[in-house]
Amino acid sequence: MIRKLLDTVRLQFVLVALFITGVAYGNTENETTTHQQAQSHEKAETKKAFDAGKMIIDHIVDAHEWHILTYNDFHLSIPLPVILLDNGKLVSFSSGHFHHGHEAYRGYRLMMEGENEGKIVKVMEDGETIDASAKLPLDFSITKNVLSLFISVLLLCFIFISIGNKYKKNPNSAPRGLQSVLEPIILFVRDDIAIPGLGKKNYARFMPFLLTVFWFIFLNNLMGLIPIFPGGANLTGNVAVTMVLALFTFVITSFNGNKSYWTHIINAPGVPWWLKFPIPLMPIVEIVGLITKPFVLMVRLFANMTAGHIILLGFMSLIFIFGNMNIVAGYGVSIFSIAFGVFMSLLELLVAFIQAYVFSLLSSIYFGMAMEEHAHTEEHTTEH
Amino acid sequence: MQLVTPGIGLIFWMLVSFSLVLFVLGKYAWKPIMKGIHQREDSIEKALEAANDAKKEMLQLKAGNEQLLRDAKDERDALMRDARKVKEAILDEARAKANEESARILENARENIQFEKMAAINDLKNQIATISIEIAEKVIGKELENKQQQHLLTEKLLKEIKIN
Repeated sequence: MIRKLLDTVRLQFVLVALFITGVAYGNTENETTTHQQAQSHEKAETKKAFDAGKMIIDHIVDAHEWHILTYNDFHLSIPLPVILLDNGKLVSFSSGHFHHGHEAYRGYRLMMEGENEGKIVKVMEDGETIDASAKLPLDFSITKNVLSLFISVLLLCFIFISIGNKYKKNPNSAPRGLQSVLEPIILFVRDDIAIPGLGKKNYARFMPFLLTVFWFIFLNNLMGLIPIFPGGANLTGNVAVTMVLALFTFVITSFNGNKSYWTHIINAPGVPWWLKFPIPLMPIVEIVGLITKPFVLMVRLFANMTAGHIILLGFMSLIFIFGNMNIVAGYGVSIFSIAFGVFMSLLELLVAFIQAYVFSLLSSIYFGMAMEEHAHTEEHTTEH
Repeated sequence: MQLVTPGIGLIFWMLVSFSLVLFVLGKYAWKPIMKGIHQREDSIEKALEAANDAKKEMLQLKAGNEQLLRDAKDERDALMRDARKVKEAILDEARAKANEESARILENARENIQFEKMAAINDLKNQIATISIEIAEKVIGKELENKQQQHLLTEKLLKEIKIN
């Protein structure tokens, strides 16, 4: 009874979201699978209480299907292709065959709990018991985040190439339409991110990277705030994505480091010799610092975006937690939860921009540091 | 754990996609955009500079025009002054010349008159002398009809001449 009501509330919520975002229900219906579960399964699930923690984690981690809504036994989700590299063999099939982790397919199974939660593992011949001895297959599936990544990349290319063409056609005319919305931000990236960090002399070379990083993070942060397909994937709140972004910054910084940058790391001038020999204390500290910088970039973006999603989902969970105790309480809390949710969403809009800004600003500062000329190097050595 | 463990698949796809988007946007979007913005900024700056220059030039031109007008006025005044001077000089000269001429004419006339007068006087003198001589001849002719009286007169005249 409570479960039913809960589902009704959830459905209403999703339908409202659908209505607001204008996503056509019919379009997604064709690509979705409906799955009727066994009676026993249903009963077991009905008894299961609402687990806020699990719900939140399920929403912010990657998945092999794009779940849109669940109504009683009706699951509306987009199955995504699974691509596995198993012992050098490429295996590919639709994730719909897993039936949300309830069934095995071609000797693979999607784990829904335990140590390998969310991962695809190998199963024995009987199709049930998990082959614990076998190595996990390398998973190159087009997951929810990967699809979201592709969508955002296509969107980025579409938006900026069309704008670029406008600049090509008439460079001296005033910006028009989308161009006039985006140009101030492009100028912001140039004047407040690239030039302060890199200086007027060097900034132009790094503009493509800084602009791409900025717009990639900004767009994906915004898309993460949209609760329904094609948004809703927590892409910038995924540690793999932020890791790659930070890796790019690290590689570019290292490749642009000049002689004095590397000298300061390996054999910092002006430091007493006993800090470098016999135990290379200073070089170790410097190398740790070298790795810390991109690591912090990675964690900051990941943590900020994930935290925002967790808080937002937490407010929504409150409705169902209270609803589980008492229906009236659930409705009562929903007013506050939605108010706070709206507030958090607005805050997240700000965070979406700030995180894009901070990531590109720090990248630009790191590039600037790597290329800085240390004119006072000799001064150091004569001092000591 | 799943939350903080980067998945190999996403890393791979992210590396590929991001490199691709970086390359594509760098070539087909950021390059024309940055170039366009730079070009526009340049052209705006140049236009502003040109406007400023034009303004300056206009001011200079205006000042120049005024200067020209003033110069023209001055020149005209100078010309007028000169003309007046020349006119006066010419007039003065003419007047002086006229005076001189008239003086010369007067002088000539006076000289002529004097000359004519002297000539007339001389002529008169001559005529008087002739007439006198004639009269004297006639008188003397009548007187000297007797000898005695002739002698007397001659002697008397001689005496008179000696006295002179």
